[in-house]
Amino acid sequence: MKRDRLIGAILLVVALSAISGLALITVFIFREGVPIILRVGAGQFFLSTDWEPSLGHFGILSMIGGSLAVTVGAAVIGVVFSLGLAIVLTQFAPPALAAALKPAIELLAGIPSVVYGFVGVVTLVPLIRHSLGGPGLSVLAASIVLGIMILPTITSIAIDALQAVPRSYVEGSIALGATRWQTVTMVLLRAARSGIVAAVILGMGRAIGETMAVIMVAGNALALPHSLLDPVRTLTSNIALEMGYASGDHRQALFATGVTLFVIITLLNTAALAVSRRRAGRRRVG
Amino acid sequence: MGSKIQTQGLDLHYGKFRALLDVNLSIQPRMITAIIGPSGCGKSTLLRCFNRMNDLVKGVRVAGRVLLDGVDILGPATSLSLLRRRVGMVFQRPNPFPLSVFDNVSYGLRVHGETHRSRLVPVVESSLQATGLWEELKDRLDTSALDLSPEQQQRLCISRVVAVQPEVLLMDEPCSALDPIATGRIEDLMRALADQYTIVIVTHNMQQAARVAAETAFMLLGELVEFGPTLGVFENPKDQRTEDYVSGRYG
Ligand SMILES: Nc1ncnc2c1ncn2[C@@H]1O[C@H](COP(=O)(O)OP(=O)(O)OP(=O)(O)O)[C@@H](O)[C@H]1O
Ligand SMILES: [Mg+2]
Repeated sequence: MKRDRLIGAILLVVALSAISGLALITVFIFREGVPIILRVGAGQFFLSTDWEPSLGHFGILSMIGGSLAVTVGAAVIGVVFSLGLAIVLTQFAPPALAAALKPAIELLAGIPSVVYGFVGVVTLVPLIRHSLGGPGLSVLAASIVLGIMILPTITSIAIDALQAVPRSYVEGSIALGATRWQTVTMVLLRAARSGIVAAVILGMGRAIGETMAVIMVAGNALALPHSLLDPVRTLTSNIALEMGYASGDHRQALFATGVTLFVIITLLNTAALAVSRRRAGRRRVG
Repeated sequence: MGSKIQTQGLDLHYGKFRALLDVNLSIQPRMITAIIGPSGCGKSTLLRCFNRMNDLVKGVRVAGRVLLDGVDILGPATSLSLLRRRVGMVFQRPNPFPLSVFDNVSYGLRVHGETHRSRLVPVVESSLQATGLWEELKDRLDTSALDLSPEQQQRLCISRVVAVQPEVLLMDEPCSALDPIATGRIEDLMRALADQYTIVIVTHNMQQAARVAAETAFMLLGELVEFGPTLGVFENPKDQRTEDYVSGRYG
C-alpha cells in the first residue's frame, strides 16, 4: 500500500497548493488595497463620489451605488422570470417539456458574458434609447442583461427547491379543495422558501461580480444614478476600465475597490449558505 | 336509499391495469365504514374515488357512478373544490404543512376565501377542540406544525379537515405511522367524530376495523368481495375468500 500513500501525499500537496494559492491572492489583494483606504480615510473612500485619480481623489460611492443599482435590478428581473419559470416547469408543464427545458436553461449559463453584452448593446440599448429616452446605456439595460445572465442559476436552484417539497404537501392541499395555484402560493413557495432565497442571493453574487457585459451596456458614467435610465459605473467595471494605465496610489485604489467587492460577495455567499443550512438543519418555516 | 356515498358499477384503470372492478357499495351516513383487504387490492384507490384525488394521477380512467347524496360526482360539472370541501381526507403519513399550527388549521378556510383573522380564530379553536388538541396547543398556535409529535400531527391533520365542516371524512390508514397508544386515542377520536361525520377508514389492521367500524367492506384484487355489518363480516363471512382473509390465511 506504499503506492496508495504516495498518491495520497501527492493529492494532499495539490490540494494544499490550490488552497494556499487562493489564500495568497486574498492576502495580496488586502495588502495592496487596505493601506490606501486607511490613508484616504474609510469615510472618504466609501462615502465620497469624487473619483479623480489624477488629483488623488479616491471616492467610490458612485461605483458602490452603481453596483447596487444593477444588482438589485438584476435580482428583481431574475427573480420574477426565474420563479415564474421554475413554477411553470415543476407544476404546470408536461414532465417531458420540463425535462427538455431544464438542461436548455442550464446551457444559457455557459454563454460567455461578452456575448450577452454584445447582444445587449446591439438590441437592448437602442431599444431603450428610442422608446424610453436617455443614452440607452443605463441601469435598466445592465439590469436586464444581468437579470437574464443570472436566470439559469436562480431557475435551476429554485427548480431543485420546488422539487424537493414533499408530494404529500401538495396532496394535502389539493384534498382540502385548493387549486393548483393556491397550492403553489400557499404551501409550495413557503416550503421551498429558504432554497429560493439562497438561489436569489447566489444570483445577486454573480450579478455584482459580473464585469464584461456590464461595461458594455451600463455606460460607465462616474455619478450616482438618479433614474433607471442613467448610465452607471460598477465596482468591477471601474477596475477593468482603469487597471491598464493605473499606477501608484491609483493602482492601490483599484485594489481597494477589489477588496470592497470581495467583502460584499463574501457576505452574500455567507448569507446564501446560512439560509440553505437553516433549511437542512431545522425545517421551521412560518 | 339514504346512503351518503354509493358506487354503482365502479371501474378504474391505471393505464392498462384495472384497479377496481365493478364495485357496488353503499356507505351509510354518520357512522364508520372500514375497507379492509390485502396490500394492493385497491382500498386507497376506492377511497380516492370519493374525493376524486385520483384525478391527479396521469392516465387514470374511471367508469360507473359515484353518488354523493344521490348526485353523481364523476361528471365534469362537479366542482372539485366544493367536493373536496364536503369530502375531506386524512392521509397515512401525517402531512401537516410546514406552516404554523394556526395556519395549518385555517388553511382550508383560507383556500375557500375566508381571510379575516377574526373569523378564523374561533374555527381554529373549535377544530382543535374537536380533536383534543386545544389544551395542548392553545399557547403554541404560532409554532411550526413540524415540531409536533406524530400523533399530534395526525390530530392536527384531522383538525385541518374538520375546520372546513365536511360531511365525509376519508381516512387512509390514519394510524399506521403511530404507536399503539396513540392509535387507541385516534380510534376514540374517530368514534367521537362519527356522531357528526360519515367516516370511511382504510385499514390493514383487522382488529382496528372490528373495534371502530359499524360496517366493513372486504376487497380483493380490485373487487368488493363482501360488505356488511362488521360483526357479520368477521364472525360469519358469506364468502370463502373473506373467511380465509379474516382468519389470517392471506398475507
Ligand atoms: N398511480 C398508480 N399508477 C399505477 N398503478 C397504481 C397507481 N396507484 C396504485 N396502483 C396500483 O393499483 C393497485 C391498487 O393500489 P392501492 O394503492 O389502491 O392499493 P391498497 O389496497 O391501498 O394497497 P395498500 O394496502 O398497500 O395501501 C395496486 O396494484 C397498485 O400497484
Ligand atoms: Mg393504500
